[in-house]
Amino acid sequence: MKVTFPHMGQVYLAIKGLLDDLGVEVVIPPSITERTLEIGTKLSPEMACLPLKINIGNYIESIEKGADTIIIAGSCGPCRFGYYGVVQKEILKDLGYDVDMIIFDPPDADYRVFIERIRKLAGKNSWVNIAQAFKRASTIVKEADEMLDIALKKRAREVNKGDTDSRLYRFEREVVGKHGSHEILETIRKYKGILSQVEEKPGVSPLKIGLVGEIYTLIEPYVNLNIEKKLGYLGVEVYRSITLHEWVKVHLSLDVKYRMSYKRILKKAAPYLNLCVGGHAWQTIANSIYYSECGLDGIIQIMPFGCMPEIVAESILPRVYQDYGTPIMTLVVDEMTGEAGYFTRLEAFVDLLEQRRRSKADEYKESLLRG
Amino acid sequence: MNTKKVFLGVDVGSVSINVVAIDQENNMLGKIYVRTEGKPIQILKKAMADMASMLPADVEIRGVGTTGSGRELAAVVVGADVVKNEITAHGIAALTFVPDARTILEIGGQDSKIIILRDGVVSDFAMNTVCAAGTGSFLDRQAARLNIPIEKFGELALKSKSPVRIAGRCAVFAESDMIHKQQMGCSCEDIIRGLCEALVRNYLNNVGKGKEILPRVVFQGGVAANVGIRKAFEEALGYEITVPEHYDVMGALGAAILAKDYVSKGYKTKFRGFEEILRKEFTSRSFECNGCTNYCEIVELMAGDSVAARWGGRCGKWSRANQPAEKRSEVV
Repeated sequence: MKVTFPHMGQVYLAIKGLLDDLGVEVVIPPSITERTLEIGTKLSPEMACLPLKINIGNYIESIEKGADTIIIAGSCGPCRFGYYGVVQKEILKDLGYDVDMIIFDPPDADYRVFIERIRKLAGKNSWVNIAQAFKRASTIVKEADEMLDIALKKRAREVNKGDTDSRLYRFEREVVGKHGSHEILETIRKYKGILSQVEEKPGVSPLKIGLVGEIYTLIEPYVNLNIEKKLGYLGVEVYRSITLHEWVKVHLSLDVKYRMSYKRILKKAAPYLNLCVGGHAWQTIANSIYYSECGLDGIIQIMPFGCMPEIVAESILPRVYQDYGTPIMTLVVDEMTGEAGYFTRLEAFVDLLEQRRRSKADEYKESLLRG
Repeated sequence: MNTKKVFLGVDVGSVSINVVAIDQENNMLGKIYVRTEGKPIQILKKAMADMASMLPADVEIRGVGTTGSGRELAAVVVGADVVKNEITAHGIAALTFVPDARTILEIGGQDSKIIILRDGVVSDFAMNTVCAAGTGSFLDRQAARLNIPIEKFGELALKSKSPVRIAGRCAVFAESDMIHKQQMGCSCEDIIRGLCEALVRNYLNNVGKGKEILPRVVFQGGVAANVGIRKAFEEALGYEITVPEHYDVMGALGAAILAKDYVSKGYKTKFRGFEEILRKEFTSRSFECNGCTNYCEIVELMAGDSVAARWGGRCGKWSRANQPAEKRSEVV
């Protein structure tokens, strides 16, 4: 059994660690490139959302490298992601690929099936082993996200533009050669240190932008056209509302304290939207309010073209803006997205926020002069 | 010798290249509007040559700003001090010439945008995302098909007594609907008027969706020359529309103003000088980097024999290759 999985930001680190520890052979799909997207677009239904197309591209490129089993998460919410595993299975079958697909629906849907499927993947490992491997994988997720958070802070403040990213890039090249969660964790920790040493400009107070929106587009840099990097180069400190670590804490772990604070933030959306309409629409609204209250300069919502839950959120966000006054911009990505137009919007949005900050500062000065 | 201080603005768009020169008081000293024809570098050089001959001999270029989709390229070719996106540039220009503006409608060759201004700053904006119906290129095409000079297009629309309704949602449907109405025997004026109304409807429903359009409304970009569209906007919005004097080069003007503000902080201009721009041979090529599995596409711009700039690449190895050696030691 050679197992592969779709890419989604840093998730490959955790899955690689997990499967290595369980003694399962794993094929990491090649990084997402134009070719991945081309394959996916050609083989998927045209109206399918972008993540599905990229998943298919990942699978095919992994199969070319010898993978014969695919694992993917499932979902039971009213979003098309719930059908991903099943539809992708059919697509691959129609294309004549002989691969096994193991779909992990959230355990709260059906524990028996979930456990059976884990058993299928983990083979002869004892349950203690499996539990420990999962725990280490979640530590990888946590520390990898912490590493990215350091990068987000550094990019906005670095003295030499590109220092942070060249270190991150070196990390990516080094970590693929590692085996098992211990080695991977060690590498992550090493690079957390290396990243912390990026030289910062003294006394800068960068603009702060919060990212909200659909989870896959937020987490996978290829799909969001490296928005964190682009904003970082414009001197912006980026806050991410949805991370892998957060998802793990809410859905897989028993961190009660975190769940309560999560619920508290969700409740902020009550006047606008008070139920789950699928995907992360509810979180998009709630986090936009939360970010406005925290005093961030701006908020950017990102979604794949045709994402129903986020379209619902998009139509509510202007009211959040009216009530809280923090500018919100929506970006839609799909395989047709041109990078130039995308960057123009980002740059213009950052200009807008800068002007706002300056005119606010002027007002403040004037009010001081007036007494 | 007392030379006059001049600031240049360059707007390299998909359809046209505009170059303007202004003095310290924002007076227009010269403007050039040429078609890009898919060859931005050559046409830009030509435009710069025309600008050089248009300006009096005793001027000194103190600052240059570039904007438009080709702003990065233009910045390398001319040696720019400020490189700004179109939205900010248009906003600055409109605020300079129409200080009480609160809404900007901008329709150019290939894109359209709306910019909302409040209290003298940009507070919101949107660009067209779905289709090009209603932009300059489409109007051009329809004018050519009906064999009407594009300059007369708007005037004809005003002569219409009973405009027909054209489906303006998409350029393809709009064209087939126009042909359908034409074969039914509707007059040319009525069809053109109908088209103008359809495009305005399309603009307000797509680009202007959810935006609060308040007077004073400024209409700029090449399409603002079209009185038919202008009239249709006035009818749809119920406000008077202001078209600034230099509506067709507002982006370039904004870039020039931004450059002027920038150098007023005491910076020295990076402008190459007209002779050098004309003398230097600029060539570009693209290749795929094989450094890792990302296979990024790298575009390289050569000025004479030396590399002027490189774009693309995720790791930053190439885009930093044109920086001084000590700064890039870490990557390569």
